[in-house]
Amino acid sequence: MNDRVLRVQDLAVHFKLREGLFFKARTYTLKAVNGVSFELNAGETLGIVGETGCGKSTLARAILGLIKPSRGRVLWLGEDLGKLDEEALRKKREDLQIIFQDPLAALDPRMTVRDIIAEPLWTFYPRIARVQVDERVRGMMKMVGLLPNQVNRYPHEFSLGQCQRIGIARALVLNPKLVVCDEPVSALDVSIQAQIINLLKDLQKMLNLSLVFIAHDLSVVRHISDRVMVMYLGRAMEISTQKALYRRPLHPYTSALIKAVPVPDPRLARIASDTGLTGDMPSPLDPPAGCVFHGRCPYVVKRCELEVPALRRMENGDWVACHRAEELDLTIGKSST
Amino acid sequence: MTLLEVKDLDVSFETHDGEVHAVSKLSFSIDAGDALAIVGESGCGKTQSMMAVMGLLTENGKASGQALFKGKDLLQMNVADLNKRRGKEIAMIFQDSMTSLNPYLRIEKQMIEVLMHHQGLDKAEARGHAIEMLRAVRIADPERRIRQYPHEYSGGMRQRVMVAMGLLCQPDLLIADEPTTALDVTVQAQISRLMTELRAKSNTAIILITHNLGVVAGLCDRVLVMYAGQAVECGTVEQIFYQARHPYTRGLLKSVLRLDQPGDTGLEAIPGNPPSLLSLPAGCRFRERCPQAHDACCEMPPMRRDEQGHTWRCFLDQVDE
Repeated sequence: MNDRVLRVQDLAVHFKLREGLFFKARTYTLKAVNGVSFELNAGETLGIVGETGCGKSTLARAILGLIKPSRGRVLWLGEDLGKLDEEALRKKREDLQIIFQDPLAALDPRMTVRDIIAEPLWTFYPRIARVQVDERVRGMMKMVGLLPNQVNRYPHEFSLGQCQRIGIARALVLNPKLVVCDEPVSALDVSIQAQIINLLKDLQKMLNLSLVFIAHDLSVVRHISDRVMVMYLGRAMEISTQKALYRRPLHPYTSALIKAVPVPDPRLARIASDTGLTGDMPSPLDPPAGCVFHGRCPYVVKRCELEVPALRRMENGDWVACHRAEELDLTIGKSST
Repeated sequence: MTLLEVKDLDVSFETHDGEVHAVSKLSFSIDAGDALAIVGESGCGKTQSMMAVMGLLTENGKASGQALFKGKDLLQMNVADLNKRRGKEIAMIFQDSMTSLNPYLRIEKQMIEVLMHHQGLDKAEARGHAIEMLRAVRIADPERRIRQYPHEYSGGMRQRVMVAMGLLCQPDLLIADEPTTALDVTVQAQISRLMTELRAKSNTAIILITHNLGVVAGLCDRVLVMYAGQAVECGTVEQIFYQARHPYTRGLLKSVLRLDQPGDTGLEAIPGNPPSLLSLPAGCRFRERCPQAHDACCEMPPMRRDEQGHTWRCFLDQVDE
């Protein structure tokens, strides 16, 4: 297809760490993201889900060119972001924006809402007229559901949900094409989460945005994603369409994540099945050989301990990194054996 | 047997902006071995009501009313008497495990302190006990782990340590303040299962403070819904989940992100924000966000009760479905 805007190819981000002093010092390599590939179309939403430490935020930052990848490429409209110099990359940022997790920490407490939302405009169009800025800021506030007459207020005068709306207005003020949302609702209350997710969904339709929506919980990305990528220890385990993923996940890890979401229904919750997951996620400093998930997988076989499963395409067009994807039937609601 | 009975609890804080009414006239009770959930949005008073019961309010806070624990009023008790009960008969698990564990002390030191104080054990006995408890919450290799500092644990493990510490003296009442909120779903499931097991084993009553209705459904017998400092509905989980009578409870249930329903159904959010506790509106506090508000709501609705003991604060009798 021609409207493919973002291509990520074999992206890896490794951090060098040192432990100890002088002669005893040892360096470690932390492979936060280790060979992730995916593509994103215009107007499409890709949800990225995984537990804390799976590399999803690092991936987000690498997509935006905020961290230099150790390997692989990020192609934005066919152009390799890694090859651009500072100045050229800065210009690209007009198209690429981010919404952060902690809405209050992401806003400067000493700036008014007007200044916060207008800052990207001043940065990219220093000669823009003041009236025009004011008009745009008020327009943005209305669009995200804030009262335009509150432009002179400071972040602390708003609730967390409203602060996230300010963050969204700031990200959208330049008319970007791609917005990376890094856990935009995990800090918010349940009733407010639904508000923000609905808002992002509406805005995306209105502005034909491409969204990368990161969350640690599959229930959050479900309502907004067209496709979902599940990450574990720096690798993509599965990339499936939203419909298929929640009905019949391909990877045992996806299935465990779905089962771990508590069901808000007492009659069902009492008989809720075990997630099948044991133990904790291994340290990314020392990932297991073979499939990174093999130590916790209920379907593990000998081959999983030896051979890293490649991310491969299944018949229905979804992607999975599991040796046994064809033989396992992980349909949700069916009792697992 | 009623273990804790809270009657007309008021909690307020003196601040520069004026008096903040965090909790107004809250009444509820919990029986021995029961599990009660207190549900509501940030700032609805669910944490502060429990802090008041534990005698842990900050300097500018004051509480009035009664909190009868085994018949004795905790609010009137002096610190020495409170200390005899806190940690031993009532324990609390705080929300943020990183800030509630002391980063300078080994896990061992933090765990055995409470045992040596309350049960007069010597160090070796207390240590053995603590290791057993860590094993019960499934910390692998507890003999080595207990010598480590909090930063050497992952978030989920720290939260499990908090659960272990709360249960060390086998309290009659465990107050858990959002014990799983900051955690991954897989760890959340582990902690929930752990609390259910421990409750069955030692007959500990649990008050679970949370805004996640999913966790409540699997763990609790009764639910108290709070809004803007007040109780708005209270009943068994079945009553709250299937026959919610208060519009706020119904809104909360609809806005939960869930996986067991078709994915394309729209998400219904409750519009607006809770009122400021500095200047509470007259009448029903949920009025401004309520889809069913009418003229009568300008007056505060009383707490009503049906024959099954289901209570709610709304003029309407409507039940879902």
